Amino acid sequence: MKLDSRIPGGPIETAWDRCRFENKLVNPANKRKYEVIVVGSGLAGGSAAATLGELGYNVKCFCFQDSPRRAHSIAAQGGINAAKNYQNDGDSIYRLFYDTVKGGDFRAREYNVYRLAQNSVNIIDQAVAQGVPFAREYGGTLANRSFGGAQVSRTFYARGQTGQQLLLGAYQGLERQIDAGRVTMFPRTEMLDLVVIDGKARGIITRNLVTGAIETHVADAVILGTGGYGNVYYLSTNAKGSNCTAIWRAYKRGAAFGNPCFTQIHPTCIPVSGDYQSKLTLMSESLRNDGRIWVPLKQGDKRSPSQIPENERDYYLERRYPSFGNLVPRDVASRNAKAVCDEGRGVGETALGVYLDFGASIQRLGEDKIRERYGNLFEMYQRITDENPYKVPMRIYPAIHYTMGGLWVDYQLQSTIPGLFVIGEANFSDHGANRLGASALMQGLSDGYFIVPYTLGNYLAGTQLDKVSDSAPEFQAALSGVQDRTKQFLNINGSRTVDSFHRELGKIMWDECGMARTAQGLESAISRIQSLREEFWQNVKVLGKNEEINQSLEKAGRVADFFELGELMCRDALTRNESCGGHFREEYQTPDGEAMRDDDNFSHASAWEYQGDNVTPVLHKEQLEFHYVHPSQRSYK
Amino acid sequence: MRLTFHIWRQPNTGAPGKMERYESANMNPDMSMLEALDVLNEELMGKGTEPVVFEHDCREGICGSCGFMINGVAHGPQSKTTVCQLTLRHFKDGEELYLEPWRANSFPVLKDLMVDRSAFDRIIAAGGYVSVPAGSPQDANALLIPKTEADRAMDAAACIGCGACVAACPNASASLFTGAKISHLGLLPQGQPERNERALRMVRQMNGEGFGQCGNIGECEAVCPKGITLENIARMNADFLKASVCERPKSGAAEDAA
Repeated sequence: MKLDSRIPGGPIETAWDRCRFENKLVNPANKRKYEVIVVGSGLAGGSAAATLGELGYNVKCFCFQDSPRRAHSIAAQGGINAAKNYQNDGDSIYRLFYDTVKGGDFRAREYNVYRLAQNSVNIIDQAVAQGVPFAREYGGTLANRSFGGAQVSRTFYARGQTGQQLLLGAYQGLERQIDAGRVTMFPRTEMLDLVVIDGKARGIITRNLVTGAIETHVADAVILGTGGYGNVYYLSTNAKGSNCTAIWRAYKRGAAFGNPCFTQIHPTCIPVSGDYQSKLTLMSESLRNDGRIWVPLKQGDKRSPSQIPENERDYYLERRYPSFGNLVPRDVASRNAKAVCDEGRGVGETALGVYLDFGASIQRLGEDKIRERYGNLFEMYQRITDENPYKVPMRIYPAIHYTMGGLWVDYQLQSTIPGLFVIGEANFSDHGANRLGASALMQGLSDGYFIVPYTLGNYLAGTQLDKVSDSAPEFQAALSGVQDRTKQFLNINGSRTVDSFHRELGKIMWDECGMARTAQGLESAISRIQSLREEFWQNVKVLGKNEEINQSLEKAGRVADFFELGELMCRDALTRNESCGGHFREEYQTPDGEAMRDDDNFSHASAWEYQGDNVTPVLHKEQLEFHYVHPSQRSYK
Repeated sequence: MRLTFHIWRQPNTGAPGKMERYESANMNPDMSMLEALDVLNEELMGKGTEPVVFEHDCREGICGSCGFMINGVAHGPQSKTTVCQLTLRHFKDGEELYLEPWRANSFPVLKDLMVDRSAFDRIIAAGGYVSVPAGSPQDANALLIPKTEADRAMDAAACIGCGACVAACPNASASLFTGAKISHLGLLPQGQPERNERALRMVRQMNGEGFGQCGNIGECEAVCPKGITLENIARMNADFLKASVCERPKSGAAEDAA
């Protein structure tokens, strides 16, 4: 496998213009002759399907939910970044680019990130034109806030529901194309394999989640916008259905997997309350703008927070990072929360939590102002915990939130399989080793509205695509593979439920491949995952049959893939002998406990190539070059 | 904590269903209602009984996937809360709970507590959008929108499409859902060019899907987890009436196409 990033080269400011000009175009009259499959209907998939339909392609769009409007993008709360500089506070495309490369701890491709920053301004224009009701000032202009460690106010938001409103914008555009007959929607349909013919992606195999029908779909190109794989940890902020199956099947068909160990842990989530916990709820990190994070100075201090006087509190972020304080990036905030809890200073019943205290802000600004800014978040917190955050500090703890890793793609967002494009969180993306807040929505929409519509055309116009049908042996083999696997799940008839395996896998991943990792822990995780996986295939219990709605069967397929991906994540973490962004290897830290990058040996993106089941995959490296933002130690002190 | 569940079990759309009784002593007041069903399902599977099917995804009250009737109330007793965020502390130890799917002809039951709400997608497809292709818009701040208008549009846009409004309505009307989208776009300048057409097409689609008429009872507003108000139905009716009066055969379409 050869990795060709297809970066246009030359000045970064005009690279995307040159690329667009050099890309071939499909004649408008010919577009309707092409069949394009889009899997996933979130910000990336939904916006791509709508845009490609608008351009005139024949699009089939698939989602496992009952409606494309439910994709997990909907849950994003805080906002979307754009380099509009509406606040006149010194922002620019170059600054957003710089912040993103630096925030990603110099593990992202400069040219991609620059393009993302450029597209950010068009996204806001597009969303406003669609009727997305962003927050506004009294004069009628758009409002902005500073978010997640940025020193400029470039984040656009719609209350705490920015993802919902942007997704509804894309969804409504998609429904318009469905109404016009240009997009055919397949809800409640899950992709279970990719079909590759003559080295090109030519279709997918799906299961209808209502009837159980396993079906073939032929196409000229396949686009995956299937989101991230945070649910490998069982507990995460991801929706329960979010899974890695589509990208994992593509990996097993030859698409390289990029940086699988780069996962993001979000610092402000509601702590776990018991064994029955099914997911973790994020509290928008915009709360850190006005909330102060602290723990007691003394270990095991069980007094209620109001009983602990100021001089016995440790505002550890303000103490360690005086210039950024509570607004340090997500990876730094998360790691520090873990550190103080490891010291025995955590709060709450489980002692796995820290306080996020609005007392000082309420005193300064008044309760009404705080209610106006965060009212819905405070309500949500109270609904879940039964505590009133206006009176008692919130308790928060980090949780798995986002995966920067994903399928490796070149500048055209094409994977190592020609004709397979990967967009949004599903690709290994523009965020390097750590994603900045309010950048996920930006990337999903940039990929879907403004990149893949151009690069797909270039592929189709420049590629000889022979006619194929689903009677091709590749289709038939993939189809019977999926059928056999489905039967296998139903026939094992063991004694443990899918969820019990998933929880155990998640625990291993969280303990050994979570916020802090060691070579020893990762090695032990790999062997524990392997034996758990073996047990799964011997002893999992899936009741019911295929020809009906069978949620256990759906979960079994997803968890089976999580086992394999989890192992690859550990392997990737084990080979990356450095600490960068969300990847913190305890062996590689500065004396004061900060992440220590090793640019001489690890300034690359890893790209893993599948070699067969139970065979160690091969690691390829894409060397990263930094011509504009020179790698430095990220310092938020 | 111990709870007794009476849950509607129905294997598929065509088959008859019935209430089944299950007990569990492994409940915890901090659990969400869906986590309670997770625990119950694990217990059922242990006994070889197929788990209860219910729709869910984000479990933080925003995706709109989940929802069922609890003791006759859509999403249960706590106001502005979907079942995924409804904790068991709102119930008493030993309480009996009756869980049923949304009941409406336009929402056929697929299995147990899961229903088919695709009619909502078709209502949106009939005009719940602004026709703007990617790449064509002007600068976002070239359009000034008074904050009060933007806020009111946001109030309407907050709908999560869960279908509780239909389930709670004695007529199974989808007016709150449809009115919310017509209001969201109708309150904004971007929505004006297609405002009449939108009202006509969306209301006709809603009626065509078999949803009942609005009788201004207000059950929908009472159960809406996002607090969508009846005012949105009034706006829909006003837009529909105005658009109906103004409706004319399309002119110039033939020349446009040529």
